[in-house]
Amino acid sequence: MSGFFKSSIGRKVAMALSAFFLMFFLLQHLAINITSVFSADLFNEISHFMGTNPLVQFALQPVLVFAVVFHFVMGFVLELKNKKANGVSYAKNNGGANSSWVSRNMIYSGLVVLAFIVLHFIDFWIPEINTKYIVGDMSGMHDGEYRYFHELVEKFHSPLRVGAYVVSFVLLGLHLAHGFTSAFQSVGSSAGRKKTLQTIGKAYSILVPLGFVIVALYHHLNPHH
Amino acid sequence: MALDSKVPEGSLKDKWTDYKNKINLVNPANKRHIDVIVVGTGLAGGSAAATLAELGYNVKAFAYQDSPRRAHSIAAQGGINAAKNYQGDGDSTYRLFYDTVKGGDYRSREANVYRLAEVSANIIDQCVAQGVPFARDYGGLLDNRSFGGVLVSRTFYAKGQTGQQLLLGAYSAMNRQIARGKIEMFNRHEMLDVVIVDGKARGIIARNLVTGEIERHSAHAVVVGSGGYGNVYFLSTNAMGSNVTAAWKIHKKGAYFANPCYTQIHPTCIPRSGDYQSKLTLMSESLRNDGRIWVPKNIDDVLAIREGKKKPTDLSEDERDYYLERRYPAFGNLVPRDVASRAAKERCDAGYGVNATGEAVYLDFAAAIERYGKEQAKIQGIDNPSKGKITELGEKIVEAKYGNLFQMYEKIVDQDPYKTPMMIYPAVHYTMGGVWVDYNLMTTVPGLYCIGEANFSDHGANRLGASALMQGLADGYFVLPYTIGDYLADDIRTGKIPTDTKEFDEAEKSVKDQIEFFTTNNGTKTVDYFHKKLGKVMWDKCGMSRNEKGLKEAIKEIKEIREEFWKDVKVPGGANEMNPELEKAGRVADFLELGELFAKDALVREESAGGHFREEYQTEEGEAKRMKEFQFVSAWEYVGEPSEAKLHKEKLVYENIEVKERSYK
Amino acid sequence: MNLTLKIWRQKDSSAKGQMVGYKVSDISEHMSFLEMMDVLNEQLVAEGEEPVAFDHDCREGICGMCSMYINGEAHGPDRGITTCQLHMRMFKDGDTITIEPFRAAAFPVIKDLVVDRSAFDRIQHAGGYISVNTSGNTQDANAIPISKHAADEAMDAATCIGCGACVATCKNSSAMLFVGAKVSQYALLPQGQVEAADRVKNMVAQMDLEGFGNCTNTGACEVECPKGISLDNIARMNRELMKASI
Repeated sequence: MSGFFKSSIGRKVAMALSAFFLMFFLLQHLAINITSVFSADLFNEISHFMGTNPLVQFALQPVLVFAVVFHFVMGFVLELKNKKANGVSYAKNNGGANSSWVSRNMIYSGLVVLAFIVLHFIDFWIPEINTKYIVGDMSGMHDGEYRYFHELVEKFHSPLRVGAYVVSFVLLGLHLAHGFTSAFQSVGSSAGRKKTLQTIGKAYSILVPLGFVIVALYHHLNPHH
Repeated sequence: MALDSKVPEGSLKDKWTDYKNKINLVNPANKRHIDVIVVGTGLAGGSAAATLAELGYNVKAFAYQDSPRRAHSIAAQGGINAAKNYQGDGDSTYRLFYDTVKGGDYRSREANVYRLAEVSANIIDQCVAQGVPFARDYGGLLDNRSFGGVLVSRTFYAKGQTGQQLLLGAYSAMNRQIARGKIEMFNRHEMLDVVIVDGKARGIIARNLVTGEIERHSAHAVVVGSGGYGNVYFLSTNAMGSNVTAAWKIHKKGAYFANPCYTQIHPTCIPRSGDYQSKLTLMSESLRNDGRIWVPKNIDDVLAIREGKKKPTDLSEDERDYYLERRYPAFGNLVPRDVASRAAKERCDAGYGVNATGEAVYLDFAAAIERYGKEQAKIQGIDNPSKGKITELGEKIVEAKYGNLFQMYEKIVDQDPYKTPMMIYPAVHYTMGGVWVDYNLMTTVPGLYCIGEANFSDHGANRLGASALMQGLADGYFVLPYTIGDYLADDIRTGKIPTDTKEFDEAEKSVKDQIEFFTTNNGTKTVDYFHKKLGKVMWDKCGMSRNEKGLKEAIKEIKEIREEFWKDVKVPGGANEMNPELEKAGRVADFLELGELFAKDALVREESAGGHFREEYQTEEGEAKRMKEFQFVSAWEYVGEPSEAKLHKEKLVYENIEVKERSYK
Repeated sequence: MNLTLKIWRQKDSSAKGQMVGYKVSDISEHMSFLEMMDVLNEQLVAEGEEPVAFDHDCREGICGMCSMYINGEAHGPDRGITTCQLHMRMFKDGDTITIEPFRAAAFPVIKDLVVDRSAFDRIQHAGGYISVNTSGNTQDANAIPISKHAADEAMDAATCIGCGACVATCKNSSAMLFVGAKVSQYALLPQGQVEAADRVKNMVAQMDLEGFGNCTNTGACEVECPKGISLDNIARMNRELMKASI
């Protein structure tokens, strides 16, 4: 089995497995975000649960961090290996004739998403960790009420940040437009499911990033909510 | 030296079995001390190399291409015959034997052909076991199609790529042996001479086509499976690199060359479009199962079509001449290849050719599309189908059967063959002649074997469709591996053959001298210039029909071209590098000698038989006229000038088949 | 028509190559691309220059020898064909055509447009066969019925000509379409089952050893493949390897 993950196909499969986890994570993240549009209380409660539940914090969170790091590191490693496999480059190469731009530039859409994640960590995750595990305040309260919703709305004040957020999610959408079906192809999904997966992939890569963008815009446009 | 075919005694159907039971075998422990060189890795060479290695011999295999998978066997489209009788339509070993001898115009060796028919069924079993994906029917069993010149369906096929699949099967068998270290593969190597020590073939001189290095390779036996010499015509359906060099070099070292004039001109090829043409493309003969061949009845229509004033589809049934159906009502469009080709030439010579060059006839699928369409409408329960619906349904069936061929035609000609008839014209395709071999497939040089298309073969004067693949694989998988053991049994104590002997020195020197000449000759004309010139003489005077005057002229003209070649050829580049022009120069030099022998052979054979049609010898209806006194194989011994070669005759005796007028009416 | 050609010239595997410009005139639109190259070479020989070396043999799209990267695409702009089947009617008078060898670290240039694809052979040596000796006593060809569907699918995979367009066109120089096709052919047939696990493991290991890149599923190979080998064969190979490794 260890031999398997050292092979080129094994690496593809590992990329796909981390992608599946990340795609699942995105879905649940979006679901929670959407609640913020309808009910601040519900959003606060779920956020508090996710932020303090030991299973989420000490089992799922490390897996998530690992998946993110793995997906990126492996992505870079493969990109470098593939560049090496190329040898001399073509004087003229018409890649657009046979493949989509997104499929050929996963590394760039991925880099934008990575930059976004760094920003996101600075914005949310590091303060969270700081509050909870350094300061030691596990209450989730600020001035007598849950702080989560409030923090969320505050972050979306800045048009600059919202702009960056929107751009990042467009790139994420492009990344997913190829990545979704690609992950299934890598784990060997059979020809019969191709059409269905393509449809689901298209829907997923449009709807999920769009959902995040709508939530951001909603809070940006309703700052006093 | 008298020719001894070494055909074993006994009744025809027991000969091979009895013979196998009695011949010498080499013990497995001894086989690993015996080396065999195989030149050429197509169906014959590839299957032989793999099988010999399986048996335990050390095989060195040589191919001029970059991989054995590229050999031109790969281009065979239609299929492979085998007397399996899976269709229950009366096929048998005897019937395949009979059809092959008759199809070959009674110019092949009975015992060889019967053996071929006998092992044909084994080939299919072997290939299926190797994972060759033959076409199957809905019950999961193997499908068959019928081919020209026979009355049963015995042809196995893999879409229109049967040769490819069979070659890849042999290639896979080779790969297994290469991985085991039993075959040492020399890709991009060309054999340039055979080395004879004490009268026996003991090695070859080969050129590494990447570095230009001249290499010596020794072995206890040498097997040549280097294919046919159709490229002597310059234009043929052969691959660009297909050549006669290996066969011709062994001929010059003592192997007799038999029946060079038997050349198959295939009736269904895409016509030539201009002088720049580098090769011709074959369309599988299976197209004749459904296509109807015709030219316009009236010369006015011919001219109108050539000028673009009329389209072939404008002509009514009455205005068309389905000349094969008219002349051969029993076999119609399915007459053997030589008959179909000559009939096309006859019409075109009479001025009825339908394209600008005047060398094309129509192959029309409209009737088949309509027939299949109606059949499908019935199956699908469509009452009163419209004409459009019938065409649609019919085209689907035709596409399923011939889709890849139609696509290939469209890519080359830029016309849609579903809508307008295809244009076809005969082209040189296969050579029945070749190095003379006995029943053991050994040439007149001990230890030197020749297999597949390169030998003079089991097809007589004309080969039936789907029989080339059969013969190549029969020789390589099932015949040579037995017969060569009989010879090698005497070599178990010989030990390794040294390459530092005077015989190797001499052979290497002559090879190097020729290369030196080419790379230093200060000529003015390219190799292709001479090749094209030779090709034109061959096509005009040694083509589909020949006569005494033309053949005599051909001999003279080829001699002249050869002399000019050796004076004025220009080969750029050096000897110690990859040099495609140098490779071509060596090959054309040999074609220029073979061409002359070819014409001589055709001149001497004063009869018409199969692929050899002498205008002086035809019946009143213009059919080929065989002559009883020419019932022999012409085996030529090299003595210097090709046209002064010495003729040896191997009488052909038919004890199990009645020699009849070959009639397809 | 008159054309400008920009062609990669490289003396041998160790030399440094470069693009060189040439002009050809009076090219007929009915010519094949390689016939146009023949015209150029005749012209070069007449001028005392060395002709352009390129691989070619059958010139009917089946041997897999020809291998040119034309205007940025393997086998040029047409689909479902090899270089030798490309016709000049795909180009216009006055065009500039860029012609390069198939590129990949695993396909080193031998000379000009000729590359060394022996890595493909070595992958086949690693397992591209079914271990059956030639005997004449193998079981009857009809002893194991094979569904028409499986046989047809195996044939579609087996139709690969090993030209290397998939590698040349892949941004990662991955050989997975080539290897996937062979693995698939045998995986689909009952005869291939016995050695299936070892076959896929060994062939993939050899593929990696040869220095081919990783597949990122761009699908370019499938589009440029002259025989239309489907990406499904790569998925099947992935499946086969997972099955073999677990």
